[in-house]
Amino acid sequence: MQSKISIKDLDFFYGKAQALFDISLEIPEREVVAFIGPSGCGKSTFLRTLNRMNDTIPIASVKGQVIIDGKDIYAPGTDVVALRRKVGMVFQKSNPFPKSIFENVAYGIRINGIHSSKEDLNDRVEKALRDAALWDEVKDRLSMSAFGLSGGQQQRLCIARALAVQPDVILMDEPASALDPIATQKIEELVVELKKNYTIVIVTHNMQQAARVSDRTAFFMLGKLIEYNPTQKMFTNPDEKLTEDYITGRFG
Amino acid sequence: MAQSSTLGDKVYRTILFAAATSILLIVAAVFYMMVQSSMPTLQRFGIGFLWASEWNPSQELFGALPFIYGTVVSSILALLIAVPISLGIAVFLVEQAPKKIAKPIAFMIELLAAIPSVVYGLWGIFVLAPFIREYLGPVLQDNLGFLPIFQGRLTGIGMLTGGIILAIMITPIVTAVVRDVLEAVPNTQREAALALGATKWETTMIVLGNAASGIAGAVVLGLGRAVGETMAVTMVIGNSPQISASLFEPAYTIASVLAANFADATDELYLSALIEMALVLFLVTVVINGLAKLLIMSVAGRANASKHT
Amino acid sequence: MAEAATVHSKRRIINLVMTSLTAVCAVFATSVLLIIIGFIAYQGISSLSWEFLTDTPKPVGEGGGIGNAIVGSAMMTLLAAAIGLPVGIAAGVYLAEFGKNWYGNTIRFIADTLIGVPSIIIGIFIYTVVVMPMGRQSGLAGGLALAIIMIPIVARTTEEMINLVPNSMREGALALGAPQWRVSWNIVLPAATSGIATGAMLAIARITGETAPLLFTALNSRFYNFFYDQPMSSLTVQIYNFATGPFEVEHAMAWAATLLLVGFILVINIAVRYLTRKKY
Repeated sequence: MQSKISIKDLDFFYGKAQALFDISLEIPEREVVAFIGPSGCGKSTFLRTLNRMNDTIPIASVKGQVIIDGKDIYAPGTDVVALRRKVGMVFQKSNPFPKSIFENVAYGIRINGIHSSKEDLNDRVEKALRDAALWDEVKDRLSMSAFGLSGGQQQRLCIARALAVQPDVILMDEPASALDPIATQKIEELVVELKKNYTIVIVTHNMQQAARVSDRTAFFMLGKLIEYNPTQKMFTNPDEKLTEDYITGRFG
Repeated sequence: MAQSSTLGDKVYRTILFAAATSILLIVAAVFYMMVQSSMPTLQRFGIGFLWASEWNPSQELFGALPFIYGTVVSSILALLIAVPISLGIAVFLVEQAPKKIAKPIAFMIELLAAIPSVVYGLWGIFVLAPFIREYLGPVLQDNLGFLPIFQGRLTGIGMLTGGIILAIMITPIVTAVVRDVLEAVPNTQREAALALGATKWETTMIVLGNAASGIAGAVVLGLGRAVGETMAVTMVIGNSPQISASLFEPAYTIASVLAANFADATDELYLSALIEMALVLFLVTVVINGLAKLLIMSVAGRANASKHT
Repeated sequence: MAEAATVHSKRRIINLVMTSLTAVCAVFATSVLLIIIGFIAYQGISSLSWEFLTDTPKPVGEGGGIGNAIVGSAMMTLLAAAIGLPVGIAAGVYLAEFGKNWYGNTIRFIADTLIGVPSIIIGIFIYTVVVMPMGRQSGLAGGLALAIIMIPIVARTTEEMINLVPNSMREGALALGAPQWRVSWNIVLPAATSGIATGAMLAIARITGETAPLLFTALNSRFYNFFYDQPMSSLTVQIYNFATGPFEVEHAMAWAATLLLVGFILVINIAVRYLTRKKY
């Protein structure tokens, strides 16, 4: 397999408190990797080290390496802005901007200067909305406020917004946790579809979801990576006793 | 509920009710007394009082226009200077500075609001006015002297000095309100922008877009302060009831004509004309402050709303 | 690719310029404060003397001081606090305890309106209802004007402070069978005392700096005056008169009086800040 992201001996600290311990992990290109584990296990923190979103926390510090396409993103002189364009992110709660549907998707294209003309911009917005399986629902009201969409639609809009800047990797932080089952199903179908072109890392507290959408699963507990295996194996025949206990619901 | 029927409760509640109601009565009395005291000019000049431009009390000519003009122009000037600076400070404090630096700076800017108006006036006369006369004025005239607003004699006392003093005085309040509304913007908005590869500044623009109506509220609140600010303006604006294009020329505001002339207003019509202007000022500040409150509340409301969805 | 790179570097430059500009704004505003305070200290300190603090104004060139203005300011502030604090606190308690209805909302709105009304208008109001009937300006009129300015400020801060008292405290007392007024008076108010006191201190600092409402209510006086029915001098009106007069000696006295006034106000503000920070 071709590794898109490889994490080597990663430690993470909030001030003096260590939140992640010596994590090493390979994420293959164009696969879906799911992170599971009890809440507070560090899976979201770990996800956010992959696009340096934790930089916004003043007391946070990182040791170790995160290598994406052969480059350590924590090396001095790394352009964080360029990194985040390449590694897109979708958040737990949908967070559209207070702009129109069109402008939400166009925002990233505009600031990055990706488009060559007005038509190109329109095309790119349409493509992103189609890829996010939202186009048919919103094509007649592109100039309306994004806040008028349902929760599930808002989340797919946020995915479209992330796709529009042409990332290679998409990080998803419990993207369906605030949605109803039908909206959740749409997001899951979308994840499977997007796998053809993108490398996807998804944090979820829902083990069925991990089993449904992912190729590989990583199980975290108390800031440590307990087990990382193909999803099939993980859910049928895990290597670790702790994993088995968690998956079979023996603890929270 | 049973307890509320005891005598003690009734007495307690009545006393508190009376105190709260006194606020209502004061405002009602202020309004009533001003309307009553300005009847002579209201009856004699009617609404035309507001746009008559002659002011000469000895000939019983009372036109409010020069004062309205001075109030509007000095306040707009103050906003033009204070709003960008206040936005900059608030963005610095909320979006950029580490807490350790932000806290003392925020406190120092709050202290600016604690300094009395008359002290700004004193400082304006002896520090700011000479500075404008000797340095800022000549620089503006040399480079932009072709504009009518920068022509005329440089005395250091006039509309520009008044506007700058007002700008300094309203900066703390505008900054404080903008800070509050920026802090109310959910962090998820910042994260969304950053995750798309936005720079710090581009992220800030998203945050400002979220806070737009609250920022508008802060600006309107600043306007309310500027319009009603009295002593400092009276001391530096030159107190001359004229309408001049030049910002270096002396001017007059409603509040400053009240401060400077009320004690000398002996005859009934003169007093009435001044009180009618006070009534105008009262109504304008009430409307402005009400509007500001609505705008600021709309942001707090939406921040809460999005927190719960 | 080259094009994308130029877009990118342009964005970096804009980012750098704008984020630096905001820091410049903050530095600018804090330096304005330091410059103003610096000037006051530098100009004021040379005229400060025992004589200046105790004497009354004398004809230009013969020295004199602001002793009567200090006494006048103190007396009017005292009168304003004696009226404004009880009424304001009571109104604030009403808003917090019984004000969750349309009447409370109305009072709240009216109080905020009154806070926003220029203080000179309060001066004019007192002129029409106190000075004109009495036939002369007086310390009473000045103190009343300051009291009116104080009431809504104290009311709103009191309400805020009482709202901070945890509801569990109130419920605990009510569960013991205490009548509502006892709960409010003996339990809730004492719990909010320090907050209300700091609010009161700030309100006092604020009215001590007021000039406009005193101009034609208390007027001014060249003599020591200990009676509320006579015109009364104040630090602020004295500063105004000194500053707008033609004499350099008086300008120096204006700076010295300002040093005293601003020193008092800043000490209160900083002390309140220090005390509240220690606690929370």
